Amino acid sequence: MNLLPWCIYLSLAGALLSLAAGRRSPAAARWVALLTAAAAWAVTLLAAVQFVPGSSLQTLVDLAWIPMLGARYHLAVDGISMTLLVLTGLAATAGVLFSWNIATRTGEFFAFYLALIAGVYGVFLSADALLFFVFYEIAIVPKYFLIAIWGSTNREYGAMKLALYSFAGSAIVLAGLLWVYAAGGGQSFAFGELTRAAATLPPHSQIAVFGLVFFGFATLAGIFPLHTWAPTGHVAAPTGASMLLAGVVMKLGAYGCLRVALPLSPLGFAFWQAPIAWLAVIGIVYAGLVALRQEDLKFVIGYSSVSHMGFVLLGIAAANAGAVSGAVLQMFSHGVIAGLLFAVVGRMLYDRTHTRRLSELRTMPIYRLLPFAAAVFVIAAVASMGLPGFSGFPAELTILIGAWNAAHAWAAVAALGIFIAAAFTLRAVQLGFFGGAREPEAEAPPRGQAGTPHYGPISLPEKTGAVLLVAATVLVGVRPDLLLDWINPALQSPLFQAVLKGGAP
Amino acid sequence: MNSFPLLSCIVLVPWAGALALACLPRLGSAASRVVTLLFSLSTLALGLVVLGSFDRSSASYQFVESHAWIQSLNVHYHLGLDGLSLLLVLLTGLLGPAGLLASWKQAQNPRFFGLLYLVLQGSALGVFLALDFFHWFVFWEMSLVPAYFLIKLWGGRGAAPAAYQFVIYTMAGSAFLLLGFVAIFAATGTLDFPELASLGASGALAANLAAFGGYWPQAVFIGVFLGFAVKAPLFPFHTWLPAAYAEAPTGVSMFLTGVMSKMGVYGFIRVLWPLFPGQLHAVAVPLVWFALGGAVLGAFAAMRQTDLKRMVAYSSINHVSYCLLALFAVSAASGESAPGGAAAAAALSGALLQMFNHGISAGALFFGIGMLEARSGGRRGIGDFGGVRSAAPVFAGLFGIAMFSSLGLPGLNGFVGEFLIFRGVWGLEPWAASIACLGLLATALFLLGFWQKVFHGPRAGAAAARIADASGTELTVLVPFAALMLLFGVLPQLLTGIFNPLITAWNAHTFLP
Repeated sequence: MNLLPWCIYLSLAGALLSLAAGRRSPAAARWVALLTAAAAWAVTLLAAVQFVPGSSLQTLVDLAWIPMLGARYHLAVDGISMTLLVLTGLAATAGVLFSWNIATRTGEFFAFYLALIAGVYGVFLSADALLFFVFYEIAIVPKYFLIAIWGSTNREYGAMKLALYSFAGSAIVLAGLLWVYAAGGGQSFAFGELTRAAATLPPHSQIAVFGLVFFGFATLAGIFPLHTWAPTGHVAAPTGASMLLAGVVMKLGAYGCLRVALPLSPLGFAFWQAPIAWLAVIGIVYAGLVALRQEDLKFVIGYSSVSHMGFVLLGIAAANAGAVSGAVLQMFSHGVIAGLLFAVVGRMLYDRTHTRRLSELRTMPIYRLLPFAAAVFVIAAVASMGLPGFSGFPAELTILIGAWNAAHAWAAVAALGIFIAAAFTLRAVQLGFFGGAREPEAEAPPRGQAGTPHYGPISLPEKTGAVLLVAATVLVGVRPDLLLDWINPALQSPLFQAVLKGGAP
Repeated sequence: MNSFPLLSCIVLVPWAGALALACLPRLGSAASRVVTLLFSLSTLALGLVVLGSFDRSSASYQFVESHAWIQSLNVHYHLGLDGLSLLLVLLTGLLGPAGLLASWKQAQNPRFFGLLYLVLQGSALGVFLALDFFHWFVFWEMSLVPAYFLIKLWGGRGAAPAAYQFVIYTMAGSAFLLLGFVAIFAATGTLDFPELASLGASGALAANLAAFGGYWPQAVFIGVFLGFAVKAPLFPFHTWLPAAYAEAPTGVSMFLTGVMSKMGVYGFIRVLWPLFPGQLHAVAVPLVWFALGGAVLGAFAAMRQTDLKRMVAYSSINHVSYCLLALFAVSAASGESAPGGAAAAAALSGALLQMFNHGISAGALFFGIGMLEARSGGRRGIGDFGGVRSAAPVFAGLFGIAMFSSLGLPGLNGFVGEFLIFRGVWGLEPWAASIACLGLLATALFLLGFWQKVFHGPRAGAAAARIADASGTELTVLVPFAALMLLFGVLPQLLTGIFNPLITAWNAHTFLP
């Protein structure tokens, strides 16, 4: 258990090492990155095996850090962070595998990549708001460079937009946190202390503070209407970074909403609950409808991420134990599924066909040319549609039940979102991967004209990464208890109990 | 309980076969076909084993397997089988291999075809055997995926839009169904069908839902209803069906009409009726009209078709509507003081028989049309053929049996089910039975018209040249099917014996609001 903080240190060390190794050969940098990412994942898995679910944060390290501010280097873990740590390890390892073909400035790529991972691990482990914030910022900076240097479509624009939204969001968060910190007399950044300090503020200030902190984090979780950075950023990013962005970084925002904002002020939450839930529900439906009209396959997935993150936000806003546990499960589930979708489209498909446009893909029988890619995409799509047997279903079902208990209308509109998700996902499958099957036969073009393009086979790293992610979504789909048994006890902590009311288990 | 998990085997063996095919990418075409067929036949074999040790005097679930699965949602791995499930398992066991034989010659990637087909078969079996909503919904939704690809990749020219429409319609229904069960779980804390059925029978389910607000029992009922109405399909939710059935490859059309349409009817009988007896009763008369619409308009629409597959597809709507007609009529009459006992029992027995019989006869009709299509180079217009009987007498004879069974000729199986339905509905809602007669008339007209044009008269169209009579493979499907039609036409008690206690139980105490 006490080894757990090493996932941060290993990733940071890996970042430096791969930078150094990249000067010798790209292959060395790749292997260094793979080994460190896998080692950090192994650390989280080892901790997960030994993990005893409980209602409180279990402290791993607690050292004085900036004594004059009362900030501490306090790392701790509970069932919620454990779930997300395992997800981060998985997504990071798979992301390295799908970045195997990065050829330019390989060492630097993986250095930024692993620094980002270290920041993410740090956020999920922090039990001190200032430390949390520092790690959060560490995670933002590498994103910019990953997209701006190695990205594709409109990369400068995408990177800048993403960075601006992220920084604006975090500035708002910081303002809110400092306000509460000052109200508490500047003693401590511990979550419990901040809640106590917030309770001393007058009601309208509590409402304002809660709004600042929650929406600051929710920006990164892609809440409607602050979501527009997400699709452009996802599309512009190189595959491995898209996988991390959608898979893990959006979870940072949601995790911030859940861990920092939600318990901060029950009074503030009571005011904002309905607006947040409605924005989440609108996001689910609106992003789904937009995804239905996209022409670039990666944009379809980008918007689908916004739609699925809407479920996470809805679960948090519904604020009962069932809904919130569903939200955490959905964070895990979406992290895996979105990673898989981006991997197929960005790496397997685009790097071979050099197009993501549905109007071009629909003329090619991709399922014959790249059967493995098509099969993985179909599995990911089915999981993304929320079909039972895959991780999305128990997550969305729990959220729907929780949301129903909070307000029937939220659940009803969100269920409409599930149907829209089925429509746009099926459209992507049909046009993107199963096009062109019949037209050539029907029109009987002269033989040998153009000829069928031949694409390189799917490489071993790609297959390994895909198998890892598919296995994860099926495992959690069949045995959601594995994660729910961690998550549910964590929601029994006094901090959460103050805001969560009612609901099953 | 602790005995051999027979039902799990029934469900999982086809999936294991699919997995085996997925793991053997180099398997040749012939070997793939054989492997698929063997795994598909397992259902029939295991179904007969179950039949052998099935207690015919009991109306309760047998061979039950129940294990805790997801604690926070109170979900169980729960399988169980009663007469209704057994009947449908046997039907699936017959149609699964038959559908494969219908697509035996299909050359394009038989391994992948078999893989998807086995997934579809396993999903259908899971729907008939699972007794926990979560567990059941896995199969219910999973069946869409293979069905979509089977239609899309092996279907006719218009397969892509047909498959898309089919999945989207069904998913829309499923979204309502899911939302309904979300509310049910929130109200009761359980997703177990038998438990919910007892809550439904006592009125506690409706009372719990009413705690959300007065109209919620009705709203949830409508949600669940929509899920099944699209799947069955009930008129006017049927519009996806003709295109999907017509564009699918023959074997898949057989499976869709024979088994998948029964999934919807099964849902009505197993879930909607027991859970919402009062709500169903309240709207049963309008629903009888819907069912009549399907029965009558389906038959008239079939009369107007020139594409033979579309014709059979519409006739499927007609036949499935009879099952629903019987159910709704029983529900409409329930709770009144009028003695509906014998009539209700007849209607329900008829509905269950009709599910089985329609599976066999419509399956055989699609099979025969597939044969015609294969012999004419893909044509299946009603005007493309003539005088087939003189060209292929054996085929014509066997096909004729299926056709007359579908038409409801006494002595063949189709008659028994429809007779019981009419006998029952006549006793419960005489007006409905009279209107439904129009459907019978139209069915007789279009089937005889079809028979005359295609099989009699001078040889014409594709049959003008010699066309081959039924081959050995084809006879292995047609002969047993024709034999079963005769057998169950003469001895329907072979089937009714399986579910008689169930009918008595339904009739005796349950589902009265």
